[in-house]
Amino acid sequence: MLVIPCPYCGPRCEIEFSYGGQAHIARPEDSAAISDETWADYVFLRDNTKGVFLERWVHAHGCRQWFNVARHTVTYEILASYETGAKPPKLDFVTQV
Amino acid sequence: MIERYLRQSPLAHLGLSGRGQDDGAPAQVRLAERPFSGLVNLRGPGADQTFLDAFEAAAEYALPTAAGASSVGGNTTALWLGPREWAIVDARGEPDAGPRIASRLRAALAGFPAAVTDISESRACIQISGAKARATLQKGCPLDLHPRAFRQGQCAQTRLAKASVLIHLTADESAQGGLAFDVYVARSFAEYVWFWLEDAACEYGANAKL
Amino acid sequence: MTQSFRLPEGGLIDRSHRLGFRFDGRDYMGYAGDTLASALLANGVHLVGRSYKYHRPRGILSAGAEEPNALVQLGEGARSEPNLRATQIDLFDGLRARSQNRWPSLNFDIGALNNGLSRFLPAGFYYKTFMWPASFWMKYEYIIRHAAGLGEAPRERDPDHYDKTFAHCDVLVVGAGPAGLAAALAAGRSGARVILAEQDSILGGSLWSGSGETIGGEPVQEWIATTRRELEGMEEVTILTRTLAYGYFDHNFVALVERVTDHLSDRPAALPRQRLWKLRAKQVVLATGAIERPLVFADNDRPGIMLADACRTYVNRFAVRPGKKAVVFTNNESGHLAALDMAAAGINIAAIVDLREDPMGSASERAEAAGLRVVPGSAVVGTGGQRRVKQVHIARLNADGTQALAAGETLDCDVLAMSGGWSPTLHLFSQSRGKVRFDADLGCFVPGASAQAERSAGACNGAFGLSDCLAQGFAAGKQAVKDAGLKIGRQAGATPRAGNDDFLPARWTWEVPSDKPSGRAGKAFVDFQNDVTANDLKLALREGYQSIEHVKRYTATGMGTDQGKTGNVNAIGIVAAAQGREIPDVGVTTFRPPYTPVTFGVFAGRDVDGLLDPNRKTPIHSWHEQAGAVFEDVGQWKRPWYFPKAGESMSQAVKREVKATRESIGIMDATTLGKIDIQGKDSAEFLNRIYTNAWSKLAVGRCRYGLMLNEAGMVIDDGVTARLDDFHYLMTTTTGNAAPVLAHLEEYLQTEWPDLDVHLTSVTEQFATATIAGPNARALLAELAEGIDLAPQALPHMSIRDGRVAGIDARIARISFTGEMSYEINVPASCGLALWQALMTAGAKYGITPYGTEAMHVLRAEKGFIIVGQETDGSVTPIDLGMDWIVSKKKDFVGKRSLTRPDMIKSDRKQLVGLLTDDPKEILAEGAQLVERVLPAPPMPMIGHVTSSYESPNLGRSIALALIKGGRARMGQKVQASLANGGTIACTVTGPVFLDPEGTRLND
Repeated sequence: MLVIPCPYCGPRCEIEFSYGGQAHIARPEDSAAISDETWADYVFLRDNTKGVFLERWVHAHGCRQWFNVARHTVTYEILASYETGAKPPKLDFVTQV
Repeated sequence: MIERYLRQSPLAHLGLSGRGQDDGAPAQVRLAERPFSGLVNLRGPGADQTFLDAFEAAAEYALPTAAGASSVGGNTTALWLGPREWAIVDARGEPDAGPRIASRLRAALAGFPAAVTDISESRACIQISGAKARATLQKGCPLDLHPRAFRQGQCAQTRLAKASVLIHLTADESAQGGLAFDVYVARSFAEYVWFWLEDAACEYGANAKL
Repeated sequence: MTQSFRLPEGGLIDRSHRLGFRFDGRDYMGYAGDTLASALLANGVHLVGRSYKYHRPRGILSAGAEEPNALVQLGEGARSEPNLRATQIDLFDGLRARSQNRWPSLNFDIGALNNGLSRFLPAGFYYKTFMWPASFWMKYEYIIRHAAGLGEAPRERDPDHYDKTFAHCDVLVVGAGPAGLAAALAAGRSGARVILAEQDSILGGSLWSGSGETIGGEPVQEWIATTRRELEGMEEVTILTRTLAYGYFDHNFVALVERVTDHLSDRPAALPRQRLWKLRAKQVVLATGAIERPLVFADNDRPGIMLADACRTYVNRFAVRPGKKAVVFTNNESGHLAALDMAAAGINIAAIVDLREDPMGSASERAEAAGLRVVPGSAVVGTGGQRRVKQVHIARLNADGTQALAAGETLDCDVLAMSGGWSPTLHLFSQSRGKVRFDADLGCFVPGASAQAERSAGACNGAFGLSDCLAQGFAAGKQAVKDAGLKIGRQAGATPRAGNDDFLPARWTWEVPSDKPSGRAGKAFVDFQNDVTANDLKLALREGYQSIEHVKRYTATGMGTDQGKTGNVNAIGIVAAAQGREIPDVGVTTFRPPYTPVTFGVFAGRDVDGLLDPNRKTPIHSWHEQAGAVFEDVGQWKRPWYFPKAGESMSQAVKREVKATRESIGIMDATTLGKIDIQGKDSAEFLNRIYTNAWSKLAVGRCRYGLMLNEAGMVIDDGVTARLDDFHYLMTTTTGNAAPVLAHLEEYLQTEWPDLDVHLTSVTEQFATATIAGPNARALLAELAEGIDLAPQALPHMSIRDGRVAGIDARIARISFTGEMSYEINVPASCGLALWQALMTAGAKYGITPYGTEAMHVLRAEKGFIIVGQETDGSVTPIDLGMDWIVSKKKDFVGKRSLTRPDMIKSDRKQLVGLLTDDPKEILAEGAQLVERVLPAPPMPMIGHVTSSYESPNLGRSIALALIKGGRARMGQKVQASLANGGTIACTVTGPVFLDPEGTRLND
């Protein structure tokens, strides 16, 4: 069970949170103008990274805020958490196994 | 104004007086419903000083801006819920406290991207006190409730067993009446949380009081 | 039987406190402080079980958690628990236990025939034999489970209760041996929050096994007592005995099980039997000690063959003689220590057979000085005895120790104490993802680099001398406090001093050479619990299983309840030798939690019975109960399903409720519907983006129905939203979706449209809601309402007003899910019961009838109204539902783009239609499959399924809704529906609205 650092409340137990999948997937502005394939990519396709992954969490049983986390998918180490809309902090993105 | 006799508190149907064991010894855990607490949900731009000032001008105390902090002014307490969200509480048990607080705040904060919602009716408030109150809550709450980690006046939204709760440490071990938490929970979960607390406190000996 | 093997004095037992217990139907006595194993040995009982596969007689091997043989069924009836290690069961008065895996009795076991057939039961036997035919597996499995099973799970429900708690600390110390106690002292003295967890009932660990040692000049027993007193005096130190740290998970989350009352004969009812500690530690000190290894030689599994250090433990801690005459077989100093202590306890030491050519070290010197017979450069190559070892055969080894020369003498004995070296207990370290490395000098794996905030100290870290253990523990405790970010407040004090003898030197011989050709010698067991022999491992290699992980799975070595605690390193050594590789190249198998088995009850904790899940109840619930309602679970809510009168069936009750609503007036508790308060200047824009239809022009005081999609274009919710003020809306959601919908809205608001001035607050529980529906609804409401004009022009269908009803502030929405004129009356939740009672009293003259969710379903199905989650299943679009009318062509909204994807515009998508059975009395099953034609045999192409089906009292026949491929093009056509009895019935495809398609009833 992870300890997730909520940018607003501080470190809290994983059971207070819900997972929101890959971060930094922008909703297309003008969806009518894009192809079916591009739209399907946006709706259905996500990366399955081995290594540092930027992902969304929501503090569902706490402040109910969405935020982003940089988590290593092999070690489960959480390297950073930051507010929605902020740029990810500089991290070593080399996959460590 | 609604006649008092028409109202029923969330746990009134349990007939709480007479529950629990009363062998004369001071109970290590005491449970009580605090019915008809006024509770108003406030949203607003927590980073905007003019908004904070407007609140302070109306309420005569400052909104807390640190995580888990609370501030007290007169009969109301403001609890930090998130970067843009607070609960304003008046726990004296006056059924119209919620609407009264809400309309005052609404007037004071008009023009801000804010929202004021009376949710007094939607919550139950259970007070848990006694020497083993921390240990009892800790059984179902993942927060660190140790006196070094969770201090008087602190509040947190978290989980208690399978319910979402807001807990507020109103008095710590050094207070006159001893340690006491207020636990706010959605009205329909109140019975579950009450029974859960009774069960969890059983090994310490629990008394219920109205 | 008297305790004839009990020493006259000594031991950590309370001789004034005699305890009676029963094992396999015979009564024995023991003392407080005994384990079941020590008490059995005190009574001369060694044979305690039969082995897993060959049903060989087995005895007590160890004195701890590593015990592979002495697994017993403890207790009787509902409280019975299987597979418990006798070596870890604290004896209490009245204890009842029996041996496992024997039939019909321990002394005569019919399964032991397997032993005679053993050449036909090699490694992988089950895999090889039962591969074909597959259908026979069920029969084989039954037989195998009975022959090879362990204990039995009780069939009754568990009468005990269990507790769970979260916990936090600065420093967790696992293990209270010398290293753990030193670590706890150092950490505790700093004022840190320390938890010291010890699986045993006492503190001190291995210190109780030895004799004559001192710490800081005082006997170890006194040092333990002093240390305990000091730790107990520290406010922030929690000592948990009988508490097993069984799993080490991510982010320093460690799970512990505390046995609270298992050791008591009278268990206080208020106390849980066991408690699960879900502990988050800033820093962890692992002081888990080490486990002695057996030696692998022919017939090394007879009862009476024990680990040398276990023999020491029984003598010194429990004052029990494991036998009268002992042979010791060792490859290191530990065997000599055991021989010395056994000799001091009056046990005749026949010989110390030492694999080493020239034993040296302080213990062997002392053994020699004591005149004990040491046979160096030799091995035990076989044993004799049926239910107890009677003699051992020894042989001299060649110079490099690889071959046994011709058989030498045979020694009589009733106990054989063996030591094959020591393995640090790395389970928790390994579970924490720490990497182990092989230390060739110590002949074992030791911790390598840490992956989490932990450190190992003492024997589990390869420090086998007492002084080193104390020093490492003390240093680890101090370091842990520092790493936890705390200041060492007070002086930690000085490291306790002690002697530092360890078990080295040793001679590593993973498989003891035999004097007989391969296959002719007795079985040399590596893994006692799974009956895996050295030859099984080599067979697996010959059959192509080269990776140690594959060897493990093929032979089952290291599996079972003991997880290879005694066998793993020997197995790896034997595999390495057979492959001609070095041990580090073979590697280790993964340690998995739990360290020892954990009973299921502790995971359930108090989440049972009434606390299994929250039962959410509305403020009107008590009235429903008194009215005899039958409840239905909708999410966590308890909703009245129907209100049967005396003698009524469900069908009769629902029919009555439906008819009353259509003909006069019905009343329903609609409190559970989700309600979301929406405020902010951009609320209308937000609704535009969230719902498929347009919201900008909705007037204040009016309501509109909305359909919510996810980005894939699928319907996820529907409901009515009212405009209360310019920038203030109230959205309703379905009961089960209240929380997910709010989460969905918040997600978009926060992550996609943070610029919108919109605030969402759940007000579901702020209001209690009574819905009155039917031709007399307005007349009833008019009697009770104040300050509100109910005239159709003033309050038309789909409008909302504030007023008072029965003296209560109320918000009245004229909306309808039944097709009848209908008012939703919302009042403060605390007034819900009062409102309901007022409506019931005033409505009596109209025969007001409470209706439940079933009648509501019938009423809405008659009108063809969908229920999200019934007509939809996450794969249904608004177009599929025939609700194009609510889908805006102009504005964008969540899910819109998906509706024009090629898959979404196919004409053969499943579409919502009505379905009328040819036989009007037949009520289809919801979920029934539909086909065009019934073919003689499957497969038949499925074209859809029934989503809703009811008996409609207003239509006097059955009705159904269905999703059918290209359904709207099939109007009037016949389809066939499957019936529960295996038959089919013909149905006609119709439109989904069965009643009042013009809506005259609700617009009245």
